[in-house]
This record gives sequence, structure tokens and C-alpha cells, in this order.
Amino acid sequence: MTESRLIDKLGNLRKQKSKVFCAFLTLGYPNLGATEKLIKAFDREGVDIIELGFPFSDPLADGPTIQYSSEKALARGVTLRDAFGLAKKLRRQGCRIPILFFSYLNPIYRYGIRAFAKKAAASGFDGVIVPDLPPEEETGFQHDCRRYGLAQVFLVTPTTAQPRARAIARKCRGFIYYVSLRGVTGARRNISADVRRHLAVLEKDTDKPVLVGFGVSSPKQAKFLSGLSEGVIVGSAIIDRLRKSSGKTGPAIAYIRSMVRAVKS
Amino acid sequence: MMKKTLPDKRGYFGDFGGRYVPETLMRALDELTNAYRLVRKDSNFQKELREYLEDYAGRPTALYEAKRLSAVYKRARIFLKREDLCHTGAHKINNTLGQGLLAVRLGKKRIVAETGAGQHGVATATACRVFGLKCVVYMGALDIERQALNVYKMRLLGAEVRPVYSGSRTLKDATNEAIRDWVTNVDDTHYLLGSVVGPHPYPAMVRDFQSTIGDETRGQLRKKRVGLPDYLIACVGGGSNAIGFFHTFLKDRGVRMIGVEAAGKGVNTREHAATLTKGFPGILHGMKSYLLQNRDGQVELAHSISAGLDYPSVGPEHSYLKDAKRVRYVTATDRDALDGFKLLTEAEGIMPALEPSHAIGYLKRLMPKTKKSESVVLCLSGRGDKDIDTVKSLLKT
Repeated sequence: MTESRLIDKLGNLRKQKSKVFCAFLTLGYPNLGATEKLIKAFDREGVDIIELGFPFSDPLADGPTIQYSSEKALARGVTLRDAFGLAKKLRRQGCRIPILFFSYLNPIYRYGIRAFAKKAAASGFDGVIVPDLPPEEETGFQHDCRRYGLAQVFLVTPTTAQPRARAIARKCRGFIYYVSLRGVTGARRNISADVRRHLAVLEKDTDKPVLVGFGVSSPKQAKFLSGLSEGVIVGSAIIDRLRKSSGKTGPAIAYIRSMVRAVKS
Repeated sequence: MMKKTLPDKRGYFGDFGGRYVPETLMRALDELTNAYRLVRKDSNFQKELREYLEDYAGRPTALYEAKRLSAVYKRARIFLKREDLCHTGAHKINNTLGQGLLAVRLGKKRIVAETGAGQHGVATATACRVFGLKCVVYMGALDIERQALNVYKMRLLGAEVRPVYSGSRTLKDATNEAIRDWVTNVDDTHYLLGSVVGPHPYPAMVRDFQSTIGDETRGQLRKKRVGLPDYLIACVGGGSNAIGFFHTFLKDRGVRMIGVEAAGKGVNTREHAATLTKGFPGILHGMKSYLLQNRDGQVELAHSISAGLDYPSVGPEHSYLKDAKRVRYVTATDRDALDGFKLLTEAEGIMPALEPSHAIGYLKRLMPKTKKSESVVLCLSGRGDKDIDTVKSLLKT
């Protein structure tokens, strides 16, 4: 059943002392067929977890890259039904990679939070990340996610005070998403200096895996950050490659290969 | 009966409000909430703010009995609360002076703000001059075209105006971009939100800064021996002038309140901004409130002749007051607003901004239901200088 696919995967990776690599894709960018193809290719290349971003009209935690892919996907008319349909199709075909549903709250709220949790889990999603939903709000959704076996992952950031970070870590299922910077998503040249210290504190407070995301783009950064944590999450840098190659998937897949190699070596 | 203590501790007005923001902002919102709680009771802060409001912004603003306008309908007496007489031309300055002073207390050096019509942008840039703060204003590229005069004013005032090209290129997108800036620069930056929207504590804090409108109105009506008004009417975009105007009267059961939303080309077209009339509860910009959205939860574009009402959501307290049936929310079209503009200009020699022109435009439906012995007070939230080009292109006189 669903979230166990994620939790088992993370458990096995830890046993093998392997770092975790999580890749983000925008559903429907460059198109739905490409999203399906990319998920399968990423699975083959050794990506451990897929974070599938549902496009939203007002993605206020995202930088220009993911704003762009979201706008394009929405212009193609992507809906929640497409997200459920894709997950179902992948599972039917035997694809076992854990897939997290990433979405701003409003599309979930409009669908109905309980109905969403039920449908997402039944379709084959393993977890959910909602960047504009702090753990204080819509606590009913947490119960619904547990009930249907959907792992809810919350974010911890450099501005999160330690007692709060500890409480958030307790609420996370699967892993903890550590945001490496103050700002929105998007590739950055430099990693902020206080990441090492924050991660050291956070890892003392929890035995759940901590994955680092936001701003990760080069294999060197990925290797450095996964050395300080249990793994990395990469998003905008993938979308950038899809955009530069006018939607061809080859360069993005080659990039993922180099990233996985950097993190796993 | 209205509870006086709203919002609750978590920033909820009934089912609406809250804090739906990226985790990075939670600490800043806690700090802001605590600081605001302290200055509310701090007599030095309140005294200093009052001095700025009186000596700088020109408060109290007049309450004017519009006899010639009343004569058009021959029913209730109509009074205008003259927020158009405020420094910078609208009620927005009440809030920017309050938050500017608070930002100084918080030790912030830099202000970011969003603006639609440019009124809040100008008021923010102005407050930043007074308090010596760096000012960055985000404004939709479309609004920059529509409101060139205010853009020029902001730049004269030393603000950096950053155009926003994403989405509908209007207020909604400018707000997204201001929040993104705040997430990035949260340590030294205060986000000076311009309406009773956004995450807690903004809806409550901005309401309190704007409540001076209603508080003065109450005293002025007493002085004119009118007593409590029978009707209050104000336009609602985000809803700050309306909340500031209504708030003190919410507990007075006999006072009927009407919020006028922008119906654009009509509520049955796709081009309107009538959030409370046509929207559904949803989450945008850190709050739960009524929201114009499609069946898939994507936010729909708002439309109004007035950039200041061109917003697909509304303050959470308005959503609450609608569901509690304490305030009646109605609509006026672009056409009604132009009629309202023309009417007030010709009857009283006062050119209203296109935002309150919606409330004036609604009078033709409200006034026939009123009695001669009754009183109607309309919040004239801003003056029309900024809209003259728009009016000129549409009114063929």
C-alpha cells in the first residue's frame, strides 16, 4: 500500500548506506507524454523518488523556471484528473518508483481534501508536499493522509527555530524536506553558508531522513549537500534543461545521469 | 451578534483567514504578530501615529453632507466620508503610516509592497520617505500601463517600481512577486501589504489601521446630530476601506452595511471581480477566503475598470461577514461606475476615484428603498485624478 513504497525505499537506501536522489517534474511540461516518459527514464537512471509538481496559476514559492513550466502546462489544460490518470497508468505498467504529489493547497482544497487524499492514494501516489500548508492549518488533511496511506512531507527552512523544526520533523512521514535557502525555487550558483550548521542541528533532532532542496543544480553541489544530509531534491535545473532543449527529453536524462552518479558515488 | 474579538488567536474570522504561507515566512509572521500586539497597547506608538495621521496625512477627514446628490433621489440624506482628501489621495496612507512606523520598530530597513492602481504604491513610497526606508514596489505590467501617473509619482518619491510580467500582469501577480521577494529578503525586509488580505496578522492589523475611518465617522455623525447611520456603503476590492469604515459599527445592529464589488462587464460574463458574489472559498496569498477560481482550483483572472478592485480574492473578514449575513455584498458594473463618476462630479464638484465610483453607481438601486428620515454614509475612498485618462477615453461627453 502506497506510503510504504516510499518508506521501504528510504529504509533500504539507508541500510545500503546510499544517498537519496529525488527529482522534480512539472506535470504536463513539456507535455503529458513527456512527463510519463521522463518518470520511467529517471527510474531507470537510478532516481529514487519522483516529486510530481501539479501546475498552479499562482505558485508563490517558485522562481521563474517553475512558474514558466506551470504556465505552459496549464495552457495545455492539465487537470487533477491527468495527475491521477498518469499515476494509475504507471502503476498498472509495473512502475514502482515512489511518487510524491507536489501541489499548492488550493487545487486540493477545491477538490475536497479528504476526497483528494483518498483518490491520490488509490491512484498510486505515495505522498504529498504542499508548500503553502504549514502544519498548523487544515490539520484534518493530516488525518486523511494517514488514513489513506499518503505520506505528508513538511518543509523546514533556515528561518525555522529549533523547537518548531523538531515539531515539524515529528509530523513528517517518510522524510523531512530541508529548504537550503531563504527564497523561492530555482538553480543557484552558491550554497548558503549556514546550511551545514542547520543540518547538523536538525539531524540531531530526528532519525527520519533529511533531504535538501531549493537551489541545487550542479553535480558538485549535489554531492556536497548529500554529504551533509541523506540526499537531495533537484527541480528547476531539470526544467531548465527541458526548456533549453525545446522539450526534448535527452539532455534532461543525461543531466540526471550525471547527478545520480555524483550523489551515489 | 458580532464577536468583538475576531480574529481568533490563529487569525481566523469564522472559517476564513489563517496563515497559508511557505514555512520560511512563519517566523516573520510570528514576529510581526507579537510586535503588533505590543504597539496596539503602546501609548507612545499610538501617540506618534496619531501625530502623523493628523499633521501629515490630514486627518480627521471631513464628513460632508452631499445635499445636491441627495436631491437627485429625494430620499435619505447622503453623507460622504472624504478619504479622497487624505494626503496622496486615498485612505491607503492610514495603513502605510501605521505599518511604516511599525517596520521602524521592528528594525527593518527595506519595504516591499504590491500595488494595483498605484494608490497603495504611492502611499507606501511616501511613508518610506518619511521614515527613511528603502522602498521596492511590485506592479503588474498591465497596471503600469493603465496607471502611468502613479508610476511616475512613485519614482519621484524614490521607490523602485518593478514590473511583473507573469500571469495576468495585474495586482494578483504583483502580490505573488512581493511575497517571493519577502521570502528571499525576510531578515531585513517588511512586507507592507496594502489591504485587509494575506496571512494573519495582516487582515486584522490593516483593519485596525483603517478603523480610524469609521471611528471618525461615528463622532462626526453624532456632532451633526444624525446619530447612528441607517446605511453604510463602500466599495470592496481587497476591502480595506470598507472594513475600516464598517468595523466600529458592526455591533450596532440597526446599521445596515453594503459592500459593492466590481462586476466589470457583468457578473454573468467572464470579466468581473465579484469575488463574494461569484467565488468559492479557496486559498490564495496566505489566506482562506472567497476566491474566483475554476473547477480545478486554478485562480481566474479578475476584471474591473478600476485597477484597485481588480483582484480575484477578498479580505477574509469580508468572507466571514458575508456568511454571517452582517454585510450585504452587491455589485456594480464598469458602466455603473462611470455613471457614478459622472454623477458625483456634476452634482457636487467632487471627482471620485473609479473604485468608490462603484458605490456611487450603486446608489441608484439603493436610494429608492430608503426613507427621507434615514441617512446613508458612503466611503469616498479616493479621488479621481489617477483615473482621468481612463474616464476620458470612455466617457464621450
